[in-house]
Amino acid sequence: MDLSYNADELAFRDEVRAFLEEKLPKEMSDAVREGRSLGKDGHDRWHAILNEQGWLAPNWPREFGGCEWNAVQRHIFEEECCRAHAPRIVPFGLTMLGPVLQKFGSKAQQDYYLPRILSGEDWWCQGYSEPGAGSDLASLKTKAVRDGDHYVVNGQKTWTTLGQYANWIFCLVRTDPDAKQQEGISFLLIDMDTPGIEVRPIILLDGTHEVNEVWFTDVRVPVENLVGEENKGWTYAKYLLTHERTNIAGVGFSQAGLDAVKRMARAEMSGGRPLIENPHFAARLARAEIDLMAMATTNLRIISRAASGQAPGVESSMLKVKGTIIRQEINDLARRAAGIYAMPFASEAVEGGNEPPIGPEGADHVGAQYFNNRKLSIFGGSNEIQRNIIAKVKLGGGA
Amino acid sequence: MNFELTETRQMLQDSLRRFLSDRYTTEVRNKIIDSDAGLSTEIWDQLAELGVIGALFTEEQGGFGGAGFDVTTVFEELGRAGVVEPLLDTAILGGGLIAALGDADQQSLVERVIAGDLHLAFAHSEPGGRYDLNHVATSVTAEDGGVTLTGRKAVVANAEAAEILVVSARESGEAGDEDGISLFLVPRDAAGVSVRGYPLLAGGRAAEVDLDQVSLPESARLGAPGAAYSAIAERVSAASVALAAEALGAMETATELTRGYLLTRQQFGRPIGTFQVLQHRMADLWIELEQARSAVINAAGHLEGDARMRDLNVAAARNLIGRAGRLVAEDTIQMHGGIAMTQEYELAHIAKRIVMSDHRFGDTDHHLEQFIALSA
Repeated sequence: MDLSYNADELAFRDEVRAFLEEKLPKEMSDAVREGRSLGKDGHDRWHAILNEQGWLAPNWPREFGGCEWNAVQRHIFEEECCRAHAPRIVPFGLTMLGPVLQKFGSKAQQDYYLPRILSGEDWWCQGYSEPGAGSDLASLKTKAVRDGDHYVVNGQKTWTTLGQYANWIFCLVRTDPDAKQQEGISFLLIDMDTPGIEVRPIILLDGTHEVNEVWFTDVRVPVENLVGEENKGWTYAKYLLTHERTNIAGVGFSQAGLDAVKRMARAEMSGGRPLIENPHFAARLARAEIDLMAMATTNLRIISRAASGQAPGVESSMLKVKGTIIRQEINDLARRAAGIYAMPFASEAVEGGNEPPIGPEGADHVGAQYFNNRKLSIFGGSNEIQRNIIAKVKLGGGA
Repeated sequence: MNFELTETRQMLQDSLRRFLSDRYTTEVRNKIIDSDAGLSTEIWDQLAELGVIGALFTEEQGGFGGAGFDVTTVFEELGRAGVVEPLLDTAILGGGLIAALGDADQQSLVERVIAGDLHLAFAHSEPGGRYDLNHVATSVTAEDGGVTLTGRKAVVANAEAAEILVVSARESGEAGDEDGISLFLVPRDAAGVSVRGYPLLAGGRAAEVDLDQVSLPESARLGAPGAAYSAIAERVSAASVALAAEALGAMETATELTRGYLLTRQQFGRPIGTFQVLQHRMADLWIELEQARSAVINAAGHLEGDARMRDLNVAAARNLIGRAGRLVAEDTIQMHGGIAMTQEYELAHIAKRIVMSDHRFGDTDHHLEQFIALSA
């Protein structure tokens, strides 16, 4: 039992730290810390900086241009990026599609798409959820019918994150309407410029445009854009979801959020004393921190098991549930700390305008962020679905 | 023992509920939220015509209600429909303070409030004052024949629409003293008043108000110099009762929407309301809703009584509603899933009203501390 990083891991951490100090632009980390949107340009810029360093794809094998870091290194990298308020790496190409193409894609697909993901030439989005297929993803209805050397796609996807920036979408489509639900699904790569595709914005409750509806009307997709075999898409989708769930605990986000709450609570006065000395607030803060400390270690325990080659199973569901509860609790603490200044709707701050903030430092986005992050327990497999998985595995055949 | 509404209040509830469900639809309301003014003068006029504003004042003040249960009857309905129009600011606070402290000339403003042709704002909170009601640092200095106010007021709801700001300022003592606080009627367009407006997350608008040597006549003061605190505390208690009732109404809408959704949304080949895990969560929400209703009744029933009992019951209600409201807002969004995260879905706004009400005149923890102090 040893709770600390070894010498190699520490050296790696220092290397990551030095890189972030040198290469992460200050205006970018300021924007992330203040909860402002970076826009496509900001994401592209950070993508290019990481690519130049060769650190864009921590989980990819070297043969495809990745870092091939082990789970502990990946964790250190993510932790340091959060600490430095680096932008989140947009995951759809790098974390989700990349591993699927590497395992199931043809040589031609690997040679064509993977370098374009690294170079930033392609921005991918995810075509999974549909209006009638949320938690029950396998009930999806978007269909693809073979017509010569094309598939003709009709249907609708929804909750397509950052689809407004994407030029490609990977989609789950139904290719065999008569097969059992999971067995008639295929995995298609679709160029967003193809005629018949329409992207409609969905405005979220905090006024942000993060997600979209994507409509397909007689969209002709070349058959060579099928990944793997027809009707085997569910297998690839599940494989992809195991990658979607890496860093699911969000320890780094929680730690950064907790630090921000503490900064705010030191400055905010209540009854003539700093809020952080208020026993009720301090107790709430302490409970969140205690939970986070334990979860950080749970996370490391699972990571070190993964680094020694054991695949995480039910533990990733546990991390998803607990991790999102803790992050949401920290968002709740932040709005409490802001007091009356949690009420303004600082849309210009979210969009990156030049107006000075309305309230004290850090307060102007906490209300919006509290509402926006209700999504954490809904997306990527809702917490109810994760609990079903945990119960099913742990109860085994007994229930 | 009788927990029924009086006939008058029942009629008020019925007519207000009918009006809002006909006229204040999600679409209408979302347009109001997006508008520059952040409120609808047309809706405001109709509310005045329906007697909704008059119901918040006593007969003596020119209204026909004004008791705790009148306040809860009105605000529960406003909460159900997610109304963003500033009845709290113009009527309960602004109008209520003038009615409580004003001289005969000043009282005439109350008539205009009840008629729907005067908007007011209560400019009291200050940056760094958090929820401390006695934290008033805005200064009053005497000058020949009048006074000068200097200070800054934080998150003043309805400041831009208000013709007159009811501003608290300190005549003597230190920020934190109850004695020495006066209220002044300050025309929003008076020299030295600057207003930086912005929208609020849950609809409506507020502003940061700067007072830079604002000269006022003596006649701008409400009541005796330095003696406004107890009237402020009484009106803020009424505002708390209103906020609690509003949150209760919003919680009812949130649970009704969720009930409907659970019965219709199909996943895994059946309505999601057939899953026991969601049934139990709904059951818990309905239990909390009954608790919330009782807490609102307790607070409303003590609004006109002894100040300590009033404050104790108000603190209890705000603490309970703060806890139950968060649970209802978060769980109803969760049970819906993504759809409740979209701006155009009714629950999104309703959930914001519930949670953001916890940021006016003290949050859950503040009211817990008040309760502990009062019951010691």
